[in-house]
Amino acid sequence: MTLYEHDVIVVGAGGAGLRAAIAAHESGADVAMVTKLHPVRSHTGAAEGGINAALKDGDDWHDHAYDTMKGSDYLGDAPAVETLCKDSPQETMQLEHWGMAFSREEDGRVSQRPFGGLSFPRTTYAGAETGHHLLHTMYEQVVKRGIQVYDEQYVMELAVTDEPDPEDRTCYGCIGYDIKTGELNGFIASGGVVLATGGPGQMFAHTTNAVAQTGDGQAMAYRAGVPLQDMEFVQFHPTTLPSTGVLISEGVRGEGGILYNSEGERFMFEYGYANNDGELASRDVVARAEVTEVNAGRGFENDAVHLDMRHLGEERITDRLENIIHLATDFEGVNPLEEPMPVKPGQHYEMGGIETDENGETCISGLYAAGECACVSVHGANRLGGNALPELIVFGARAGRHAAGEDTGTPQIETGPSARIEDGDVEPPVELGAVESTSPVADGGTADDSPRSVVEQTLEQERDRVDRLMETDGINHADVRSDLQETMTANVNVFRNEDGLKQALRDIRDCRERYQEVGVSDPSRTYNTDLIQTIETRNLIDQAEVLTLGALARTEFRGAHWRQGYQERDDEEWLKHTMVAWNNGDPDLYYTDVLLEGEDKRYEPKIRSY
Amino acid sequence: MSTNVPDTDTETHADTDAQPAPQQRRLAKKRERREHSPQSETSGDTDQETVELKVFRYDPEVEGKREPRFDDFHVPFTKGMTVLDALIYARDTFDSSLTFRHSCRQAICGSDALFINGAQRLGCQTQLSDLEWPVRIEPLPHQEVVKDLVVDMEHFYEQMDAVDPFFKDEDVPDGLEEQRQDRENREKIKMSTRCIWCGACMSSCNIAAGGNYLGPAAINKAYRFVMDEREDGDVTQERLETIEAEEGVWRCQTQFSCTEVCPKDIPLTEHIQELKREAVKNNLKFW
Repeated sequence: MTLYEHDVIVVGAGGAGLRAAIAAHESGADVAMVTKLHPVRSHTGAAEGGINAALKDGDDWHDHAYDTMKGSDYLGDAPAVETLCKDSPQETMQLEHWGMAFSREEDGRVSQRPFGGLSFPRTTYAGAETGHHLLHTMYEQVVKRGIQVYDEQYVMELAVTDEPDPEDRTCYGCIGYDIKTGELNGFIASGGVVLATGGPGQMFAHTTNAVAQTGDGQAMAYRAGVPLQDMEFVQFHPTTLPSTGVLISEGVRGEGGILYNSEGERFMFEYGYANNDGELASRDVVARAEVTEVNAGRGFENDAVHLDMRHLGEERITDRLENIIHLATDFEGVNPLEEPMPVKPGQHYEMGGIETDENGETCISGLYAAGECACVSVHGANRLGGNALPELIVFGARAGRHAAGEDTGTPQIETGPSARIEDGDVEPPVELGAVESTSPVADGGTADDSPRSVVEQTLEQERDRVDRLMETDGINHADVRSDLQETMTANVNVFRNEDGLKQALRDIRDCRERYQEVGVSDPSRTYNTDLIQTIETRNLIDQAEVLTLGALARTEFRGAHWRQGYQERDDEEWLKHTMVAWNNGDPDLYYTDVLLEGEDKRYEPKIRSY
Repeated sequence: MSTNVPDTDTETHADTDAQPAPQQRRLAKKRERREHSPQSETSGDTDQETVELKVFRYDPEVEGKREPRFDDFHVPFTKGMTVLDALIYARDTFDSSLTFRHSCRQAICGSDALFINGAQRLGCQTQLSDLEWPVRIEPLPHQEVVKDLVVDMEHFYEQMDAVDPFFKDEDVPDGLEEQRQDRENREKIKMSTRCIWCGACMSSCNIAAGGNYLGPAAINKAYRFVMDEREDGDVTQERLETIEAEEGVWRCQTQFSCTEVCPKDIPLTEHIQELKREAVKNNLKFW
């Protein structure tokens, strides 16, 4: 056991984490990164499409903000959206100056291309592997600055004080499990902990997300007392390969790729799903259109439709989308230069997450979140393609700076229980939250003023948890996890209805009860992935429950959340953010206001048509 | 110091463009596989087919695993199944202590480079139907085994760090002005920027084995910066000195093993050769 001490601890080393660490370092802080992978293994590397930034003549950040608010189906908060759109150009240029290999125009300037839901071709890209370049470029800058990285160190819990009101609590650090040695370590952070742990895509069976995407940061923040916001809004990407869930970039459609059903019809137009934008309508619109086609008997094998880009020509495809040729070939056995690619919707992105303000700060003092694990909220009910990468760099940088003690301005977004405007009103079919007998995770941490002692007490508690899991001769977590994934994909997918959502909550409860019986059968302290995955599975259960509860309560159709029997967006009743707080094991559903008031205008909700 | 003269024959490879040979080969194989796969005709009986994996096991802490051994796993084969899929099935179904790194499942995180039937490949990118059965799966050779299929990557990371793998220019963007880069120059560095740090090349290289040779991945990283026109001339000079030092490019004996195994089809040997030429040109400048 070792206690490490730094000013700022960044948990997770994908795009948001790397950017946060660089920013904190530049603000003069002693910053360290703790990550369960090595930084270059992070899932940011799989992002393909690009970075939206109003960079060029004729474009304006106000237009980017308008598109984003509309895309969010008016569930984005205007102060956050405007911050994103204002800061993105500068942040994108910063990446270029750090050497990122953007695709180029004839005049040597960075290229931009059209993306779904955007009024201007403002998606800056590096082939169809933008995330790979962004990740490696920022990791290079971390190496350059000599920032300490604790890699293959799994953060399993936050060290937080346990005042009754989460707004009075302080986060003093976190507990890491060294995967290589099995040692538990305490990390004390005098300035703050920045969670940048990515999304929870692994709660679904068919997902574009890496195996590591288990939403650990969301689950830890939730149990420490931070509400999870708008978790029912899950993006299903319309073009994933049927056999693996591997993503085929929206860039294919941005460059002119066409979707066909099995009748050879260009259904986005033929059946009026999006008469103006066709294939380039917002992702939720295209995903629903595909499933509708398949359900109407106009799909191909494996519930797929076809995405055809052959007409773009080999030269253009090789120049701008070469990576797609490799992906379709290696993972689906289809050469997209010769035949159309089968595609279907797959879980891709969690719009919701840890509630934060524009500085990335949560209601717990010293606890920050940025990137997919956070909900600031810029994506609202639906994220536009090309808006995730700018979120990483814009809000990663802000969280890093603020945690390092810089003044980044007074936030307009209010967080924590004091932002509550009304209570939730829904009858779940089963009990939620902690199973009474043995909750393996304590809530809220310990009551003590010294950071060191808070970290040490949490360390003891986590040691007990590890010992218990190692000693139990129980069931394999993998069985529980796969049942969870199956029910989420069956019942909490693109189309949702009351019965399905209730069934999912019953299944999640069943998973939670069975989880009490799990044990780790690998006895080794060396690289025990059995143990790590067992802990991750608990995190997935917590988040799946929050997500499904929010979805059951929300009786309207907004953005990515489609509800049978409620086919309209209902601004009267539902123009509000969903919040679920762990509440020491007794989940509390409530709502907060959406901020539509921008810097100099109000974004009036309009009908969202493409 | 003895130096190997760059092999001029290899220059002809320099112009191979965006669809390099290994990719072509893989495509051809896929096509063949689909045409000849029994699954493509009927799926009925063949559902019962199982693939036998012979997997290397070792754990320094656990009784019975301290002596390396091979375990056999019989995994039901389904069409399109990769080596990684089969390992996950074996772990989740038969033995939860079976240990290997993996994350993205799509050949971008570089975690699952393994020694499969005697060659370095990514588990996620290797179709079982492309392999001789039973399939023998071992950790990457020439690296210390931590447990089962997990190897110590520290040496690899140190070599990457040794070439100063970052843009050295310090300028902060002035407003929204980017540095200009010719499309041609971007094309020049494109393949080198594809590296996913999987370590397959390093493991395949006889010269890197056991020594301190920088190795193909690190030299390729240096190439990426040396060839990037955006970086300053003085910096390029420094970089050439590093790669020309004792453990640098001149150790390469152009066996092409690295190029052969690279899952991202990076022409590594070619890049090393080009840097040798750059270094020679650079030295001639001072005569």
